[in-house]
Amino acid sequence: MLAYLVKRLFQAIAVMFVISVIGFAIQDNLGDPLRELVGQSVSEEVRQQLRDELGLNDSFAKQYLRFLGNALQGDLGTSYFFKEPALDVILKKLPATLELVLGATIIIVGLSVPLGVYTAIKPNSIISRIIMGLSIIGISIPVFLTAILMIFVFSVELGWLPSFGRGDVVHVWGYWDTNFATLDGWEHILLPSIALASIMLPLFVRLIRAEMMEVLESEYVKYAKAKGIHPGRIYFVHALKNTLLPVITVGGVQIGTMVAYTILTETVFQWPGMGFMFLEAINRVDTPLVVAYLIVVGFIFVVTNTIVDLIYGLVNPTVNLARMGA
Amino acid sequence: MSDMTTSTEPTLMRRIWDSNMAYSFRRNPVAVVSLLIFAVIALSAILAPLIAPFDPYDPAQIDIMNSEYPPVWVDGSESQFMLGTDDQGRDLWSTILYGTRLSLLIGLCAVTLQAFLGISIGLIAGYVGGRLDSLLMRLADIQLSFSTLMVAIIFLAITQAMFGSDTFNRFAVYFLIAVIGIAEWPQYARTVRATVLAEKKKEYVDSARVLGFGPMRIMVRHILPNSLSPIFVISTVQVANAIISEASLSFLGLGMPPSQPSLGSLISSGFDYIFSGSWWITAIPGIVLVVLVLVINLLGDWMRDVLNPKLYKG
Repeated sequence: MLAYLVKRLFQAIAVMFVISVIGFAIQDNLGDPLRELVGQSVSEEVRQQLRDELGLNDSFAKQYLRFLGNALQGDLGTSYFFKEPALDVILKKLPATLELVLGATIIIVGLSVPLGVYTAIKPNSIISRIIMGLSIIGISIPVFLTAILMIFVFSVELGWLPSFGRGDVVHVWGYWDTNFATLDGWEHILLPSIALASIMLPLFVRLIRAEMMEVLESEYVKYAKAKGIHPGRIYFVHALKNTLLPVITVGGVQIGTMVAYTILTETVFQWPGMGFMFLEAINRVDTPLVVAYLIVVGFIFVVTNTIVDLIYGLVNPTVNLARMGA
Repeated sequence: MSDMTTSTEPTLMRRIWDSNMAYSFRRNPVAVVSLLIFAVIALSAILAPLIAPFDPYDPAQIDIMNSEYPPVWVDGSESQFMLGTDDQGRDLWSTILYGTRLSLLIGLCAVTLQAFLGISIGLIAGYVGGRLDSLLMRLADIQLSFSTLMVAIIFLAITQAMFGSDTFNRFAVYFLIAVIGIAEWPQYARTVRATVLAEKKKEYVDSARVLGFGPMRIMVRHILPNSLSPIFVISTVQVANAIISEASLSFLGLGMPPSQPSLGSLISSGFDYIFSGSWWITAIPGIVLVVLVLVINLLGDWMRDVLNPKLYKG
């Protein structure tokens, strides 16, 4: 176990290192920090002097080490646009994105398990066929189109739900304002969460269904049936437990996809989260903010992936940890 | 070899018609309808310059005064524009034809690139094995966990900022093909490697080796043909995914520019007008996109059921 842990941590650090090199290379090549600092009116000599003072003429490796040192102390540069530390800007946007992801996750988990189990138990019923049909349509609609469709129906035509922003938020702690405390907040987060969930939900329904059908064929389920255990208990306790392993793995792989889809969803709904901020930062060529976003997202991503892998190793007794660690 | 192909040609058609796959295809109305719809969309995309009443890339044919006419079945329409016009006064029907052409082209080229990279890497990893195999598969794991769309958004965003939008727009097609093509290679590599591992233990591979064939010939001529069915199944799904990725990137403004719109960029430019009631600029290309992706996915589903003997259930 320890060897597996160490190996996994080493891999996480290696990925983080690559991300930081990419981030630094972007910072080095995109935009000119001097122009942002002093504008165009300064003479070439003064510029050279400033470059020396700022260390912009140092070698790539030396500059990278300085960047890395600062990054490890939580200093990812200052946003050109917000005139604030880039990390602060992102941390202020982070709760909005996390709440959106939370909303979507609740919808995905809450619906995919019962729907997946039902379609596996009764594969030939009409309802199952409808669910499976809807799921393939769901996979075929890009997330931004679902979002636009919902805005058109529920905001433009029916006028039931708001189409952009977070609405009334209640301050909780630090940078964290929550949507879940007011009715207005709930109304604002509903459509974006459904949109974000819409692309993942069919995937998970299909996955749980396929795994469940395989498990239901297995000997131990037949034995449990023969023993006379209540079907509900067989399906939800005995069988479901074993279908969740692959679901955890796929869930881990989907984290990156989720990040990409938050960018799309936040753009359509003008949700003031990290993804929307990232696209704006790109349009403004706000290099420090772009790089900081990469590092923060990469970090969240590597941490969650490592945790998912470790949980998988712990939960699944058939994963031979000693062999994987060797 | 050549006389064999000529003599078997009539029987080849017969063989295809009698095959298991063709039989199950004829028996599956969903697959037949999907293939028909796909063929219609693909043909109209290929023949776009002949079918389209206007050329959306020709500024001389575009008049801003014609902008935002609704489709013919809505009041206030103009009969020459069947599906209405977009915000720049382009005929929507022509623009959709050209846009579908671009979306399909990018999707197919990107998948070809993916397949080429993935199959080569998968063959080598599976055949050579050892350290090279574990290194390549570890890379595939990492690449896969990053998700294509995320890599593509970041790569294209930075490329756009670096080159400026003029240069970027000119080469957008190539950037899109390259980034979608490169980011998805692990899908193929993993599957091909898995089949290679299974195939390489079989006797026909041993006999080929004993006959003195080189590894290249064994990999490409002997093992690869036996790994084709999973490759077909992945390919359909991958084309659907590539088209969705392209549309999403274009929607974010990181793909095809509005002057040369794919379906995604058309939807994106229409989105700004949805609140003023011009729903058709978004809705019609949206429907085309969804139908296109849906029929490809349905075909992929059917193909997976047929080619996967595990699911044969009579």
